[in-house]
Formats: sequence, C-alpha cells, structure tokens
Amino acid sequence: MKFLNRLRKFPFLAWLWFLLGALYFVLPLLATFEFSLSWDPAVPFKAYQRAFEDVRFWRSFIASNVFAVITIIACIILVVPTAYWIRLRLPQARRIVEFITLMPFVVPAIILVFGLIRVYSTPFTIPFTNIVFMQALTQFKAGTNILIVAGYMVLAMPYMYRSVDTGMRTVDILTLTEAAQSLGASWFVIITRVILPNIRSALLSGALLTFAIVVGEVILASFLGVNAFGPYLFLLGQHRAYEPAALSFVSFLLTWIAMGMIQLVTGGQNQTAGGH
Amino acid sequence: MAQTTVPLKKTPAPTNWKTWLGVAPFFLFAILFLFLPSMRLITASFTSPEGNFTLDNIRQLFTVPLIVNAYKLSIQISAITALGGGILGFLLAYAVTVGGLPKSLRPILMTFSGVASNFAGVPLAFAFVATLGRQGFITHVLRDYLGVDLYSAGFNLYSFAGLSLVYMYFQFPLMVLIMAPALDGLKREWREAAENLGATSTQYWLRVALPVLLPSILGAMILLFGNAFGAYATAYALTGGRIGIVTIQIGAQIRGDVLYNPGLGYAMAVGMVVIMAISLAGYSWLQAKTERWLR
Repeated sequence: MKFLNRLRKFPFLAWLWFLLGALYFVLPLLATFEFSLSWDPAVPFKAYQRAFEDVRFWRSFIASNVFAVITIIACIILVVPTAYWIRLRLPQARRIVEFITLMPFVVPAIILVFGLIRVYSTPFTIPFTNIVFMQALTQFKAGTNILIVAGYMVLAMPYMYRSVDTGMRTVDILTLTEAAQSLGASWFVIITRVILPNIRSALLSGALLTFAIVVGEVILASFLGVNAFGPYLFLLGQHRAYEPAALSFVSFLLTWIAMGMIQLVTGGQNQTAGGH
Repeated sequence: MAQTTVPLKKTPAPTNWKTWLGVAPFFLFAILFLFLPSMRLITASFTSPEGNFTLDNIRQLFTVPLIVNAYKLSIQISAITALGGGILGFLLAYAVTVGGLPKSLRPILMTFSGVASNFAGVPLAFAFVATLGRQGFITHVLRDYLGVDLYSAGFNLYSFAGLSLVYMYFQFPLMVLIMAPALDGLKREWREAAENLGATSTQYWLRVALPVLLPSILGAMILLFGNAFGAYATAYALTGGRIGIVTIQIGAQIRGDVLYNPGLGYAMAVGMVVIMAISLAGYSWLQAKTERWLR
C-alpha cells in the first residue's frame, strides 16, 4: 500500500520531460565527441592534434581572444561610468540609456554589420568639401579592427549594462562616493578604486558572457573580413570533416567553462546571450 | 516681529548641461555605431537609384517573390521553433520547479540551459551534422539497431525541418531560463486555496496557474521568435545559404548585389528591424503585465 502510494506520487511526467530535455542537450555533444574521435581508432585524438597543429587555428583563435579582451575592457570603460553617473546624478537618463542598451535586440548582428559597412566604407570628408581627412575605416586594418570591436561592444552592451547596473543596485553608491569624496578622492580614483572593486562579480559575469559572445562570433568577423575564430571554423568545415567536429566540441567546452564561472560568481542568477 | 525664514530644504541638485556630459561618451558611442548605421539603412531604403525619395523599395518587399518567400520562411521557422521550444522549455522548467523533481537537478539544468542557449552558430551546426547528418550518430544508431533509415524515410538535416530541429537547441533552453523564475512566482497558497475549494490538479492548472503565467509564457515565446528571426550563422553554416531565410538573403545582398537593387536590400534590412522591434515591444508589454501577479 505504502509502495503504491509512493508510486502514485512519483512525478513520472516531470521525469519524462527532464529526460527528453537532457537527451536533446547531450546527444549532439556526445555525437560530436564520438565523431571527432572516430578518425583513426589507433590515434583517438588525431582530429584534436591536427586541429591544434594548424597555425591558422592559433592565429584566428588568439585574434578572437584579443578582440574579446579589448571589447570587455572598452565596454567596462564605457558602461561603468555611465551606469554610475546615472545612479548618482542623472536618474532621468535611465530610461533612454536602458532603451539604447536594448537596441541590439532590435538590430541583429547581420543588420548591424550591414549598416556599419554602409557608413564606414566611404572616406570621411570635411563637410561641404571633397577634402578627405580620414580614410574609410574598412580600407585599413586598424580601421577594421576598430569597427569590429565597436560592433562587439554593441552586441555585448545589453548584457554588460544589465550586469553592471544590477551590481550597482546592491552597493550603496551614494555613501561610498561621499565617503571617498570626503577623503579627497578624485572621480577617477572613486571609479577605479571604490566602485569597480565593489561590483567585481557583476563585472566578471558580464565579461564572461561577452567573452562567450565574441570568441565564437561569425557574422561581424566574416563580413568585415577579419581573421577570427568563427570564420576560420566555418571555412574549415567546408573542406575538412574531423577537425571541425573537434573544434566544435572544444568551443562547447569553452562556453561551458564561461557559463559555469558565471554561475559561480553570481550564485545562480544566470543570464543568456544570443550570438546565433 | 515678522521674520521670513528660508527653509533649508535639500533640493535635488539642478541638472544642468554639465551633468549630462557624464553620459556623453555613451551617447556618442551609440550614435556612431548604432544609430548612424541604422539610420543610414533606413534612409537608403527610401532612396531610388537616382537618389530621390521613393516608396518603391518598401512596396517591392511585398511583391518580389524572393523577398516575400524569405520573410515567410523566416516567420515560419521562428514561429515553429518558438512554439516548439516554448512548450518543451516550459515543461522542463515546470519539471524542475514545481514538478517534484529532486532539488539538485535544478542548478544542473539551469547551467546547461545557460550554456546551450549561448551555444549556437557554426559549432552548433557542426554538432548537428555529427548527430543527424547522413553519417551522423543518431542516423547510424537508428539504422543499425532499429532498422530505421531516416534519410530514405524523407528526413533531411539540411532542410527546413532539420534547421528547425537545430534552432530548437538554443530555443528551449532560453525558455527554461525565462520560465523557471516565473514558475517560482506561483504562490503555494493559490494551490492550497484551489485544493481547499475542491479543485483537481487539472482545474488548478487550467483555471489558476496557466492564466497567471500566460502573459509570461507568451512574452517568452515572442522573445524566442525574435531570437530565431535574427539568427544567421547557424543557418548559413548548416545549409550554406540554400534555405533563403531573411538573414541569409540580407547576407547575400551584402556580399554582392544579388537583388540587382541596393535600395531593396536596405528595405529588407529595415523590414527585419521593424519585425524585431514589434516583437521586443510585445515582449516588454507582456512582461509588464506579468509583474502584476508574479513577484
């Protein structure tokens, strides 16, 4: 009787949904891993060896990581003072700034890159004359790099801003600022030595999410012609079979590490991005 | 002796233009890299090849078959995966919140959802090729052990159905992430009250829980719709542009003027922005409605 009772309470349906979801999650990863090992049964990690031997892999992967780091730093420099100033002095700007940070949801990456190319592929001239004072950004390497980092910053903005703003909600910005000011701290010192350390877990979670977006990003990089990891993996997939599977599995692991760390630093308040 | 006292009330500091300088870099950045590009696309879509104002490009969005088809395909795939992903995601979120599964499963599912909703683009496409492609893992297992040949039964990963399956991989985890907190908001008292009044579990769900959750479910599904609508890399990596959804067509237009009319390409981009804006507006409107009951 007791057993029957317990059986009736057993959440069959809930388990069914859970198993279904778990299969959906795990099977593609399992299949990718299995496929990446199946190249040569004698040398199970051959695909990984070959993939890591390729200089172009390292070049593009390092480039993507550098872009990610620059994007994160530039985003912090732009977002933290803005969010701080809004909380401290300019609450009336909150709505408009929040609205702007949501814009990337309305302007997906493919449209963003379309617009960026359209605007920055013509040289800048002094108004009403034909005198060029700056080349088109898409015409030289540093210019393209500026464009791509700016594009990544736009894509990362919603997550970065929300992370930072949530982080600031939990600390008393006003009191901290007044205390620092009364000790004679300058604005620069207040932001770098007082505010930043107090929101470091929020910063870290925003940074990791940005990292996950940038490292695998394909659209901006391929349309701007930048040798990043995303386009490299795509091209590799055009003419190789096993190495792309290996690298796909590796990039899954990287995403996993980034998300796991976010989980750790925020204590479960997960966030999500979309770089599809 | 009358003395006028000036009350020492602390007035909020008047915001002059100098205070706004603090957010100037942010606005400058947004103007340079977000508004200028979007505005340029919008103005270009209303410009004829001769440089005059025209509504022709917008009109052609609704008449050129290639474009109408692209929008149709995009809307279909986004709606199907939003619905499918929404239902599966909701059921999963239900299972780990109020469904009675062990508490320890929840953080695992949430982390997994965080990873999967961010795991998209090229690697995702490759993962599904290894799973359901012609030489894929599941294709093999089904053929060798169950005698079911997916591909001769009409399945094709590089088709609309296949692409939908791939999209689902980042769609339903997003639903889990949004719905789990909403399901947490269901108050225990509501269920107890319903049970005390003699309601069955089905009645409780149909009459109490689902109506309360409905705005949040719909809002989340609209978000999933936009999520799929803006996707490009996954579809491109999987089908190489054979399935002409809007993003793929726009990509082709950027690479080279495949529509033989640049203005039409810009109009296509603007049409997409409009759809994304409508879905985001719908989402925030429903989100505001949700907050009445939950939290």
